[in-house]
Amino acid sequence: MGTRRDFLKGVLAGGAAATAGAVATPVRARETRPRPPEALGLLYDATLCVGCKACVAACKEANHNPPEFSTVDHLWDTPLDTSGYTFNLIKMYRNGTMDAKDQETNGYAFMKTSCMHCGDPSCVSACPVSAMTKDPVTGVVGYNPDKCIGCRYCVAACPFGIPKYQYDSPTGRIGKCELCRHRHKDGHYSACAEVCPTGATLFGRTEDLLAEAKRRLAMKPGERNRFPRGRLRPAQEKMLQGKEDGKGAKMRLGWRHEPDQSYETPAGKYLQHVYGEKEYGGTQVLKLSAVNFEKVGMPKLPPDAAAALSETIQHTLYGNLVMPFAVLGAMTWVAKRNVKPDDDESDKGGS
Amino acid sequence: MANNNHAAPAPVGGNLVNAVTLSCFVLIALMAAILVVRFLFGLGAVTALNDGYPWGIWIAVDVVIGSALACGGFSVAMLVYIFNKGEYHPLVRPALLASLFGYTLAGAGVMFDLGRWWNVWNMFWPGSINPTSVMFEVAVCITLYIVVMWIEFSPVVLEQMGRHDAKKKVGKAMFFIIALGTVLPMMHQSSLGTLLVVMGGQVHPLWQTPVLPLLYLLSAIFMGYAVVLFESCLTSTAYRRKIEMHMLTPMAKIMLGILATFVVVRLGDVVVRGALPKAFVPSVQALMFWLEMACFIAPLILIGAESNRRNPAKLFLAGVLLMLGGALMRLDGFLIGYETGGDFNYFPTLAEVLVTAGMFAVEVLGYIIITRRFPVLPREEAIH
Repeated sequence: MGTRRDFLKGVLAGGAAATAGAVATPVRARETRPRPPEALGLLYDATLCVGCKACVAACKEANHNPPEFSTVDHLWDTPLDTSGYTFNLIKMYRNGTMDAKDQETNGYAFMKTSCMHCGDPSCVSACPVSAMTKDPVTGVVGYNPDKCIGCRYCVAACPFGIPKYQYDSPTGRIGKCELCRHRHKDGHYSACAEVCPTGATLFGRTEDLLAEAKRRLAMKPGERNRFPRGRLRPAQEKMLQGKEDGKGAKMRLGWRHEPDQSYETPAGKYLQHVYGEKEYGGTQVLKLSAVNFEKVGMPKLPPDAAAALSETIQHTLYGNLVMPFAVLGAMTWVAKRNVKPDDDESDKGGS
Repeated sequence: MANNNHAAPAPVGGNLVNAVTLSCFVLIALMAAILVVRFLFGLGAVTALNDGYPWGIWIAVDVVIGSALACGGFSVAMLVYIFNKGEYHPLVRPALLASLFGYTLAGAGVMFDLGRWWNVWNMFWPGSINPTSVMFEVAVCITLYIVVMWIEFSPVVLEQMGRHDAKKKVGKAMFFIIALGTVLPMMHQSSLGTLLVVMGGQVHPLWQTPVLPLLYLLSAIFMGYAVVLFESCLTSTAYRRKIEMHMLTPMAKIMLGILATFVVVRLGDVVVRGALPKAFVPSVQALMFWLEMACFIAPLILIGAESNRRNPAKLFLAGVLLMLGGALMRLDGFLIGYETGGDFNYFPTLAEVLVTAGMFAVEVLGYIIITRRFPVLPREEAIH
């Protein structure tokens, strides 16, 4: 009977189910996740960068990526932005007469563009098929093309515009920096840091890199200081070197032996800001600059990751499927009363 | 409910070859040709997609807007079976049919857009799924809902085939199928809004809010009723049948109730989050916001009075405005209000537009063929 009473019953049942669901699922806000304690990353110091782009070439080689041309003669690899085939790029900031390096007005500066390896990555939260994953130990955000469906939700989600898709191919993949994780087993670390002649790109544990960044911020501009190159070695590394069995330890300490490559140079005029220390809850790649970060292309981001809010909403509505089942139960109960079994579509009414 | 005396559904009959079906056929053929190029040479060969706008109209229009416009079946079924308003029963089959097409094609349309479509099984593979992904939830719910709708619609086909015993068997479980058919759309229509949350500050503050799921759910429901108004008026004109005003007038009232709730939530949210000043900054986004709001508020004025709801032309116009408003809100969130930084631009190519048009042509053609050959619309002496 299509009466007001039945209508109200439907409203009440629906409302009761929704309330039951809401009560049964306590709102557990998903906090922004910090980086793992042994997280690996890079420290890019724009004041040390000379714009030689050795890192860009090394990245291409390490990832077997083809050159991309932006000049008519097609002689050199000249990408203008990161792409499905270019995972690392040094971009240049220019202003006015470009008189001096690391100067905001009438100056120029460099900035590295590559994956920040977020502590709480949007791309990993977005990926429906776990093709984008975050290593629980190293924190490296890796990509698996064998799972990827090419939906490009990761491309849309990333606040840094990092995962990129190969639109020119019928079997296009997502391209992004994976911190050269495929070279780690041979004792190699990120190719960009390995080849950097000035130590502008430094590889290491993010915690060590953060300490190094803070050491630099405390320096007096222009004062000569020692700067490491290649891989930043933690102070305790020597002590742990013997322990070959510990799985995590071996991973971290299995790097090839290199002589100390540190050198002395005057400190830059740093902005008192380690980019990536707090952005989106913290990233594993950290950056230092003398020019405003937004001006050199790094977005201003809140301390909470968007993934945390997105997942809080999902967990509140769908946690253990409590709410959907409560609503489904109520709907089934009401529908059972209103749909007569022998009258499926109740179309026999008039016939 | 069975005591409401309605004319039983019957095939409309008539010729399947006419100007409309032929145009549909041409559009479908063009779409097929473009898709061949897309699958042979990649997305870049036919679309304007780029890394600043990885999602174009195939997602924003075909899937996000298309599935919301296909909510008629869900909205009407909820009215009839959950709120036991049997008097609306004749609207169920035509609305369900339109939804069936809308959703099935949205599902198919996703495949055109997937860059690595052969891996799509990972979406349902326990070893691959990512339950924290909003898209995972959307994909699973939409897939299930398509199956559920085909089962809901199966009595129509079984009836025409004379398989009355099979029809009876399906009928026994129908109450559960109908319940599923209301819960699943609630889940994925709200989640289509939640898709934007993880994009954070890249989505303009006028469209980035934690209440996105509620906004998308409420608007999907009233868009469902709006589409029914639109389709009923259009079908009546095209097939020269009587307009079902005795059902449409009270249904429009329910639609306005949901619309009013939506408008309060939408404006309240913008004010509470302090995003309102952004609506007064001279920008494309602010213009789009007000255009959207105009589409939502105009129907409240246009058919707010009972007497105006008895006017088919006004109902039709209100329906069109709400379809447009809901569509704009989705287009704004996914494309016009999306900004990833850098010098990226996106405007759909002719090929992209033709594929979208082709998809709508499949829907229209399917609707015509099925209503003319299967018992969907209430029996009436049609003039042909």
